[in-house]
Amino acid sequence: MGVEICVEGLTKSFGHQVIWQDVSLTLPAGEVSVMLGPSGTGKSVFLKTLVGLLKPDCGSVKIAGRDITRLREHELYEVRKLFGVLFQDGALFGSMNLYDNIAFPLREHTRKSESEIRRIVLEKMDMVGLIGSEGKLPGEISGGMRKRAGLARALVLDPEIILFDEPDSGLDPVRVAYLNQLIVDLNAQIDATFLIVTHDIASARQVPDNIGLLFRRELVMFGPREELLTSDEPVVRQFLNGRMQGPIGMAEEKDAAQVEQELAALGDGSKTPGSQALTPRLLPGPGITRPPRWEAIARHEAELRRRKAVADA
Amino acid sequence: MRLSPSGALRHSGNLFAMALDVVRTMPRRPFQAREFIQQAWFVASVTILPTALVSIPFGAVIALQIGSLTRQLGAQSFSGAASVLAVLREASPIVTALLIAGAGGTAICADLGARKIREEIDAMQVLGIDPIHRLVVPRVLASMVVAVLLNGLVSVVGVAGGYFFNVVLQHGTPGAYLASFTTLAQLSDLWAAEIKALVFGAIAAIVASYKGLTAKGGPKGVGDAVNQSVVITFMLLFVTNFVMTAVYFQVVPQRG
Repeated sequence: MGVEICVEGLTKSFGHQVIWQDVSLTLPAGEVSVMLGPSGTGKSVFLKTLVGLLKPDCGSVKIAGRDITRLREHELYEVRKLFGVLFQDGALFGSMNLYDNIAFPLREHTRKSESEIRRIVLEKMDMVGLIGSEGKLPGEISGGMRKRAGLARALVLDPEIILFDEPDSGLDPVRVAYLNQLIVDLNAQIDATFLIVTHDIASARQVPDNIGLLFRRELVMFGPREELLTSDEPVVRQFLNGRMQGPIGMAEEKDAAQVEQELAALGDGSKTPGSQALTPRLLPGPGITRPPRWEAIARHEAELRRRKAVADA
Repeated sequence: MRLSPSGALRHSGNLFAMALDVVRTMPRRPFQAREFIQQAWFVASVTILPTALVSIPFGAVIALQIGSLTRQLGAQSFSGAASVLAVLREASPIVTALLIAGAGGTAICADLGARKIREEIDAMQVLGIDPIHRLVVPRVLASMVVAVLLNGLVSVVGVAGGYFFNVVLQHGTPGAYLASFTTLAQLSDLWAAEIKALVFGAIAAIVASYKGLTAKGGPKGVGDAVNQSVVITFMLLFVTNFVMTAVYFQVVPQRG
């Protein structure tokens, strides 16, 4: 299960404004990846390009060996059935209640009986903790519930790839923690390829296998989580630490001299590699049976923690 | 909307492309019967009352104008014939078009526009569902059907209104008015008017859907889209009306 997404040389601009250029990365099958970036760096545009809602200027997006950017409309609709997408505000259909919203893809794409649809929908609603709210309209519930309902709808066709557009925006820290746990649990259960687009550093530190960072119209870095968390690349460090000193400015970027000065003033030993503390990784909850991939991750985490305890002592 | 010649061309091109998509998608199964009935009911419910209320004074104005014109020309015996002709041929398709565009089209545009900016349309596409097939085709068909039916309503109400004003208020002779009914008008006039209404209904719904589906920039964008859709629809309707009328006179031999 899970499908690899291979992005090569992707460039997108609106008019004369280049959003990002020459983005190349591979989202490994079955793994969780996070795309980080300051506000307005085209993270959502990137996500929409992956599902073929926007056409890039050049480059390719290969999913299961097919280039999304060159498919004809009806082929595109076929490939999109592999995807589940959680939009920023859930993007639920305002005229339908939650049950009908979540049942919608099943009714449109499958010939399942109503009782079978009911079973699947209730199972997914249980998964995201929405049992009892079937009859509510999207306008009547909180933003967090809308997001969870949107997630349930994205899951209902058993997608191979799940994309999350800022799952944590507009939620309180506790709900974000629950949502992160839910994402990790889901990955252990359904083994799909996950891409989370966000600017929440806490989530990015805990959840993914891989992290990418978009800044200054390009992909600054993409790689395994530990590599980025311990990276000495100034942009990556500034962003992951959420501080003002560094190349990222309020409006756009700062000039090089100022950056140098700031970093020197900070004097946090940024020249010693690997000095960054590794946040422990979020693991699937106790009730979830872990597939081999997660078993390996859990062992690795335990090993790291043991080593840290030894170093501290 | 930027005012550049290429922009205008691009918009017309996209609009035309969507119209072609609608035509191409129309025969695709499964037909969205539920959506079609809901939309037909909805468009009818927002247009029937205003249409009836508009067509009464419209018929009256035509009756008054023709009544006084025929008196000036000394052709009172033709007043019935002329007012039926005017209502049937021009007034009813135009009134239908204005109401379908003004009441039905704006509602369609606002609805789709709101869905677009809430990302519902994107979500639908990502779920592998073509919004043209699922949303636009039922709306276009609904609007066409309702336009045809409304055209009948306007014709009846307009002619009845004309009769009332001519006979009761201008003291015309009922017998002469009724007798001259069919001296100029013929059945093909009614068919032509119905075909016009059908085309106007399609244009109004396609323009409204196009503008709704391309709305952007938040709630203000939806307002702009609705505004533009009405303006564009009206312009297209009057041009189409002129062309269809000219063709009609060339194709169908006239009486008398």
